[in-house]
Amino acid sequence: MQENNNWNTDLLWSTLLSMISAIVLLSITVIVYFGFRNDIDKFFNRPKYDKLELAKRTTERASIQIDEWDRVEKGIHVKTGMVYDKNFKFIKANCLSCHSSKMITQNRATRQGWHQMIRWMQKTQGLHDLGDSEVNILDYLSTHYAPKDTGRRPNLDIDAIEWYVLDLN
Amino acid sequence: MADKVHNHRRKFLKNTLLQSIALAIGAPVVYGKNLTKDILPIALFEEGILSKIPGKSDLLTLLNDRPVNAETPAHLLDNDLTPNDLFFVRNNGIPPSNPDKNQWTLSFDGESVKSKKTYSLEELKNKFEPVKLIITLECGGNGRKEFNPPAKGNQWSTGAVGCAEWTGVKLKDVLKDVGLKSDATYLAYYGKDSHLSGDPKKDSISRGVPIQKAMEDESIIAWEMNGKDIPLMNGYPLRLVFGGYPASCSGKWLSKIAIRNKVHDGAKMGGQSYRIPCDPVAPGAKVEDSEMCIIENMPVKSLITYPQTGATIKKNQSLPIRGHAWTHELSIKLVEYSIDFGINWKPCNLLPATNRYAWQNFSAEIQFPKTGYYEVWARATDSSGDSQPIILPGWNPKGYLNNACHRIAIKVES
Repeated sequence: MQENNNWNTDLLWSTLLSMISAIVLLSITVIVYFGFRNDIDKFFNRPKYDKLELAKRTTERASIQIDEWDRVEKGIHVKTGMVYDKNFKFIKANCLSCHSSKMITQNRATRQGWHQMIRWMQKTQGLHDLGDSEVNILDYLSTHYAPKDTGRRPNLDIDAIEWYVLDLN
Repeated sequence: MADKVHNHRRKFLKNTLLQSIALAIGAPVVYGKNLTKDILPIALFEEGILSKIPGKSDLLTLLNDRPVNAETPAHLLDNDLTPNDLFFVRNNGIPPSNPDKNQWTLSFDGESVKSKKTYSLEELKNKFEPVKLIITLECGGNGRKEFNPPAKGNQWSTGAVGCAEWTGVKLKDVLKDVGLKSDATYLAYYGKDSHLSGDPKKDSISRGVPIQKAMEDESIIAWEMNGKDIPLMNGYPLRLVFGGYPASCSGKWLSKIAIRNKVHDGAKMGGQSYRIPCDPVAPGAKVEDSEMCIIENMPVKSLITYPQTGATIKKNQSLPIRGHAWTHELSIKLVEYSIDFGINWKPCNLLPATNRYAWQNFSAEIQFPKTGYYEVWARATDSSGDSQPIILPGWNPKGYLNNACHRIAIKVES
């Protein structure tokens, strides 16, 4: 009985102490918050990095990517923006050491058309004999960069138009 | 407007981010040996990475980064004179790094000069009467993007054109001082840009014009563009300017002129470059080199520069439009617009040009009959009576000379 009583008193005291601590802590928080509200706001709303820091980090990220020459995301070779498949390595080795990948990605042609371009580059631009790789290169180009029939004149690209309200005042 | 520009930039950044991260930053490491240091450094922005073209606005649309090719969106060509930082860039090779205008010289040789001669840039400025002319330059491949079957090369949409005030001297004054033989046939240029392969023996491009064209009053050697040094990407410190011809004839970083006794045979004069079939062909036809003829005159063309495509207006509002029209002929005599897909055409107000080959400004005020989707089309007619087709003009293997009428999209809401 005595023990039980003691136990009850202990419980009461510890609950009371916890509550007091909680109230004290809360008060301190409130006092600190109102006292230093501006500083706290600034702390939480500060830009994550300043511009210089961001630029530094971006550069670091980019340098990592230089090491990751062959990173592929969603079927696109990130470094070049080109479609990635088993034949991509032939493009990388034979085409991109001389010109930008944009020279390829902005163009569309049939197998014959790409073949003619290769011959033109060999005749006039100093491109080497592609040997057995030529088949792989033509497979790649005619598969991923083939022409679409757009008729005698394409529609305006409605999806690409960014509609805006014209201010006429 | 500011929002629009911002959106455009964001979109540009987004679209190019994947490629640019890699290409822009990677380029100096992987391909660095052939790049001038002027093309880099790369500018880093909060939203991502953008490869900065020296002296050029980042609002240009980058088509190719090696060599640099970038075009001007139509609504950014609204100024009477295209600002230097918005003037399109069409490079065939790598521009010289840090050319010095104080050390620059221009030499004359070739079969048809009486004797070789060299002028410093200072001598050119002092010895001959300087002229200021407003001249439109347009790449022969402007509009290539629309051809079907597609044509290889930079896929220009409408922005490989610009019009600036050029300060220079008349070629005919200088050629008179040089002294030409009677068999002079062609003027050929050589510039200080280097071939993409880095091979010093190869010219990236060496074209020119028939001697009659060189003798025109508007054919000049220029050192200033809109009152300032020509931007590096547009040929600093010295270039040729020929109105009405493909801009590729107007050599940049000009260091030598050869007067030939035959049609010039320099880089990109032969084969299929800057040539169209001598006789018209069906779309997709294979044309032998021997059947291809050099492009001389650029056709009549126009561009709506205000508003930017995608404008939405209210039914009770009238829409002001404006733009420019140009031709190799003496002048533009008419610009019309249509809002019903070419069924009806109405004339625009048209201003005269300051001089031949300057583009002419047009404007109109349009009322729309009801709400809905519209396209505003513009077509110009020049002093010869030539006009613009509303579908693509004659197909040619390399996709030159597309002067189909310009179209913008408009929505009219209640």
